[in-house]
Order: sequence, then C-alpha cells, then structure tokens
Amino acid sequence: MSHAIANTDNWAEVKAACEAVLPKHILDFIEANHGQAHSESQLIAILHLVQGHFGFLGQEQMHAVAQLAQIPLAKVTGVATFYHYFRLQPRGKHIINVCLGTACYVKGADKLSQRLMDELGIQFGETTKDGLFSLESTRCLGTCGLAPVIMVDDQVYGPVSPAEASLIVDKYLKKEKGAKAEAAKA
Amino acid sequence: MTDKMINITIDGEPLQVPAGTTVLKAAEKLGINIPRLCYHPNLSIEGACRVCVTQVKGFNHFLTACSQEVWEGMDIQTNSPEIRQARRDIVELLLDNHPKDCQTCERDGNCELQKQAYRLGVRERHFEGQRKRYPVEDSGKSVVRNPEKCILCGRCVRVCAEVQGVNNLSQHGRGFHTVVGPANLVNMDDSVCIQCGQCVAVCPTAAFLEQDHTERVWEALALPRDVKHVVVHTAPAIRATMGEMFGLPMGTPVTGKLVTALRRLGFDAVFDTNFGADLTIIEEATEFLSRMEKGENLPLLTSCSPGWVNFLEKFYPELIPHTSTCKSPMQMMSTLLKTYYAEKKGLDPKDIYVVAIMPCVAKKFEAGRSEHTMADGIPYTDAVLTTRELGWMIKSYGIDFEALPDGEFDRPLGVSSGAADIFGATGGVMEAALRTAAVKLTGEELGPLDFVEVRGVTGLKEASLKINGVEINIAVSNGLTNAKHILDAATAGGKKYHLIEIMACPGGCIMGGGQPYPPLDWDPMDPEIARTRAKALYDIDSHKQLRRSHENPAIEHLYAEFLGQPNGEKAHELLHTHYNARMPRGIR
Ligand code: FES
Ligand code: FES
Repeated sequence: MSHAIANTDNWAEVKAACEAVLPKHILDFIEANHGQAHSESQLIAILHLVQGHFGFLGQEQMHAVAQLAQIPLAKVTGVATFYHYFRLQPRGKHIINVCLGTACYVKGADKLSQRLMDELGIQFGETTKDGLFSLESTRCLGTCGLAPVIMVDDQVYGPVSPAEASLIVDKYLKKEKGAKAEAAKA
Repeated sequence: MTDKMINITIDGEPLQVPAGTTVLKAAEKLGINIPRLCYHPNLSIEGACRVCVTQVKGFNHFLTACSQEVWEGMDIQTNSPEIRQARRDIVELLLDNHPKDCQTCERDGNCELQKQAYRLGVRERHFEGQRKRYPVEDSGKSVVRNPEKCILCGRCVRVCAEVQGVNNLSQHGRGFHTVVGPANLVNMDDSVCIQCGQCVAVCPTAAFLEQDHTERVWEALALPRDVKHVVVHTAPAIRATMGEMFGLPMGTPVTGKLVTALRRLGFDAVFDTNFGADLTIIEEATEFLSRMEKGENLPLLTSCSPGWVNFLEKFYPELIPHTSTCKSPMQMMSTLLKTYYAEKKGLDPKDIYVVAIMPCVAKKFEAGRSEHTMADGIPYTDAVLTTRELGWMIKSYGIDFEALPDGEFDRPLGVSSGAADIFGATGGVMEAALRTAAVKLTGEELGPLDFVEVRGVTGLKEASLKINGVEINIAVSNGLTNAKHILDAATAGGKKYHLIEIMACPGGCIMGGGQPYPPLDWDPMDPEIARTRAKALYDIDSHKQLRRSHENPAIEHLYAEFLGQPNGEKAHELLHTHYNARMPRGIR
C-alpha cells in the first residue's frame, strides 16, 4: 500500500470510547487473554467480571467487551441472554425471589408469581422503574414445609397466598416511603 | 475425511462410503432424500430441527442423519412407521408455534416448512397450544425480520457468520423465548447488518424478507403519464434469472421478454442498467489506470456491490481510500435519468420516477443513501424491486411471461456491450475492466477479450497478468468471508495487488439476496445454480457484437454531448461518490 492515504479509520476512537466504560481490572483481563486460542471461551469469564463490578451487564459494557475482545456483539448478547445468571438491568433495592421448586409449585407458586408480576408490572428477571424491586425465581429454598415460599432479600415468608404477597410488597413500599419522608424532613 | 471406506447398510442395502460421511449424505448416494430443515450443505452442522431422525440398529433413540457420521457395520433405517410418526410430530410441533397464514405469506408455495409438512403428511393439527408472538421488525431499508415465522433452524445465523463474516445474528434467550436477531435485538439498520439479504435467501420460511417496494411502484404506475414519467432499468443479472420465476429452466436468458413485460406493466421507458455498467467501466478503468500511473492507493477495490460497500464502511473503514469512488451502475444510471435524460426530454427531474430492477436487497439501502440524492433531497432511484418482487408483479398483472414476444430496450440508455452483461457474475466486473484497460494499455484496438482466469464461481480467484509489459496482480472474491482473506492479505503487505473485485454475495449478483428462490428440491446457494445462471450471462456476452464497454457508441456519444472527459469535472460530480466509516463497527 502506498503513500498519502487519508485516515478514514475509526478504530482509535472506538477503542478509546470502549476503554472509558470498563474498569482497569477488566481491561487488563481482556488484554491478557487477547489473541489466545480459546479467547471466545473467555467471554463468559469477562461477563462475570463485568456483572461483578456493575451488578448487571449494560449495553455499553457489552459493546466495549465485544470490541476490545474482538468477539461479535451478537455473540456477546446471545450468551448474556442465554444464561439466567446474567442480568441485563441493574438490580432493584429489594430482591423478591419466588420459589418455583416442586413443593411450592404444587402449592400454587404460579398464582403467586402472576400476582407479583401484576402487582409490580414486571416479569421475572426485571426491575421496577423506580428501582425498588427485582423479581427473580429460584428452585427449592429447602423450606418446603412452608410452601409456597417467597424470599425478600434474606427474609423468608411462607406459606404465602397471592393476597398476602401483595401485602408483603406493600410493607416494603411503605417502609421505603417512610424512609423517603424522613430524609425529606431532615 | 480420510480415504478409509466404511461398510454400512441403509434400508437393507449395503453401501460403502468414506469415513466421516454423514448418514444424510450416505443416504443421498442411494437416492434417499431424508427430510431436513436446519441442514445446509455449505454451512456448518447445527442439528437443531430434528426432522432428519433415523433409526440405527442397537439404539433405542433416534439419531439425526445430518450430524451423525457413519461407523463400520452401522445398520440404518430411514423409513419406518415410528420414524414417519416422529418426523410428522416434529414438524407439527413447529407448525404449532408458527402463524397459520400460509395463504397470505410471501413464501406460499416456496416454503420449506410447508413442503416438509406436506411431504411428511401433516394433515391435522393435534398440538394446538401457546404460540410465540413478536412484532415484525420492518424499519430496515432492506431486510425485514419476522420472528414469528422463525423455526430456529439457525441457517441465517450461520450464513451471516460463516459465508459473510458479518456475525450480525444470533439466538437470544432460551427455550420457548429464543429469538434470532442482531445484538440486543436492535433494528436491522442499527446493527452491523450489511443488508446483503443472504439471510433472506437461506431462510426456509419467511422469517427474513426484503423490504417491499411493490406498493409504491404500483402507485407510481397508476399516475397519469403527464404527472409522473415512470422509467425503469434492469440489472445485468435479472435477464439470467427472471425466467425461473415462471418455471423456465434455470439459466434461460430472457432479456427480450423482460423488456416486453415491463412495457406491459406500464413503464413509460425501459432502459438497461447495462448502460450504467459500461459507463462504470469507463470511469473505473480510467481511475485504475491513473492510480497505476501515480502508484497511488493501490490496490483499487471495486465498488459496485452495495453489500460490500456497507461492509467496507463498517468493517474496513481504513480501506476507504482504496475503494473506487465510482457509483454503482444502478446509481450511475439513475443519476443520468434525472439529469441527462430529463434535460433531453425537457422534464423536471421531480416528475420522473426511477425504478431499478435488482438482484439485490442491499440496493434498496443504497438507493436511500443521502449521497445518492439530488440537491433538493430527491433520491435518484425512487424504488428498487428485487427479481422476486418484479416476478410477482408480472404474475399479479396476469401477464403470460413465457408467451411474450421479445422487446428491445429504449435508446440510447439501453445500448450496452457484452462486458456489461457479465457484471452479474463474480469476476465479471474484473473481466469487463480488463477488456478496456488492456486496450488503453496496449493502445491496440484488439486487446485480449476473454479473461478466463477470472471466470468460475469459486469464492476466491487470483491471477497475475502481463499486459504490454505491465504486471497486474488481480484478485476476485465473492462472499465476504473470502473478501476478508484477500483484504487481510493485501493489508498485511505481503502480496501486492493492483485490482480487487469484491462482490458481497456468494457467486455474485446472480446469487443476490433478491434472486428467485430455487425450486424446493434445490438448496439455496448451491454452486450449480450459480454456474447455470452465470453461463447464461457469458452466452449473452459471447453473442454480442460489442464486447468492450468503451466501444459502446452510446457511451461515446454521452461523453461528447454531456459528460466531457472520463473522470472529468462533470463526470466526477455526477458519477462518483464517497464513503464514511459507519457505526456500529463490525468485528472481523
Ligand atoms: S420447593 Fe419451594 S422451598 Fe422447596
Ligand atoms: S436437518 Fe438434521 S437436525 Fe435439522
């Protein structure tokens, strides 16, 4: 290739923008794995680091991972949406976990889930707009005697009817409102 | 695969096949066509659909023929009441999760799912249940994505990654909620999609389609003549494939019938994109020779293929200075129609409606580029119809295509050389350019004509030519994974190329994303289809009087009367364009 080539490449800017949205330890990890034979299998490890740092996988971060590790973005988001462990949204302040284990299921965990989804206006894996609640599901909490069971943060509730589930959500809402009012007064 | 031969039995018949052969391939040798959906011979094996199940002695579960390799002594059953039942159930379950709208679907009659359902004898539906629901993503200029029709075979994902090297598609989510689409399921035009439409070509159903332009063309055609002067021009590759839409044998040239059909549809004038192709060669050969002289920005990369141009801007922006600034034949042609032709006809360009018939899905995106609009924002090309869309319009109009008499293109923008016809096949642009460049370099009017070294539908061709003592290293690639190989070799600095032709689609325009779906017993992308269609173009070329673009008298006249010099000021203003790095940047 010869002289006087106009610089039409955007790699320098793309790279800089990507580096700006990831912390140093993740950049170093990507760099250390660069060009290695199975660098794609490092993808999951990188995503774990990102989620560990941010609490979820943001679109900007996934784009940065794709560019810096040179893995197609569709592969990154394909993997991120395949594994339940990965979250694509920030987690709420309170995590509501509905047990979908056999015992709870038999005792009506599906109705319970539906009630919570309606109440919060979100699906499993999502977070309410106000950032207060995330709804998640789990398999058997080892408290089958209490089925059906939900867990809010690390507090277990059971047996819970759909109506009681609404009350529990209300309880947390009130607490949050109270805290807000306090803060406003102070 | 080794040379080792393996003894197997299929449906009681003994057979020897090389080790590494799959059951599906082995069965084909006996003339047994095991049903398949996700399998494609040119793509990696996915084993996703399970339609190809077979029974093997000693196993109490089914094995998938497409992914299972044979072993010594394997005893295979491809048909039994259980197998038939299993296949039928599998297809029925797919149908259960699929809209029931065959009659109103674009793929009606040409759908592989419909074909398998019929062949396997699904006559009733037993598994009615919940069905996935998604909106159609039709915001793209070229490609429409309809996840409800998707059967998750993954062919589009594989063609996009393996053949095109674009990696735009993947499966998102899991289980019932799996959906195929670009990263973060963004709209196609916001993704790294290069609009080539190969996903459309390999999809067994209608989960991917081209953006429809037929409606706007019907509307334009319905306007009174003095309100809109509706003109059309048809790409080189269309004449080799349109016959297939009407059941004519593959590779039947139908130039004359095509012209007549377009007149019957009501177009006020029918021109040939070939004229634009000849013009492209004059401009590009001039550009090439001047770069050779100055030793500047070599290799020169061709710019006719809009899928490749999109790929350039997203994946190889640093090579923009190497890419020919020539507009594609379509854009040269449309530009002339709204300038030169408008002037001659005494028409306001606003009153001219230009329709281009293209084998290509990316041409729709190209037509909408801001670089290709007139000063007041009017696009030079108003609508782009694929071969399929025009074929459908002709049928819809009730025209008996086969019975049509041959027509002739309007003059002067319908006159062309054989060099233009071969633009439709991989290597054709290169050969056309060399025909003209050779004459310019040797100064002899009878330079070499047939550059057979660049013919044939293989993905990558290279040659070193000596013309009048000048050494020219050339490369021709089709399928963008092949383009990557060449571009990486060229940028690594090892090999010095002078001219590289790049076409996005595997086989070139004759295999474009807008071309007719092959008959249902063929695989899309089968190289035999490419060979047959290409042959039609080379035949047309060899029977023409005019074989070199610069010999086209209408072109000479155009320069004398309107354009001035090749690469001159006016030519630059009207016939050349520019490119920009585009986001999102692709991973190569
Ligand atoms: S199944 Fe819910 S606690 Fe065991
Ligand atoms: S064709 Fe074998 S699994 Fe799909």
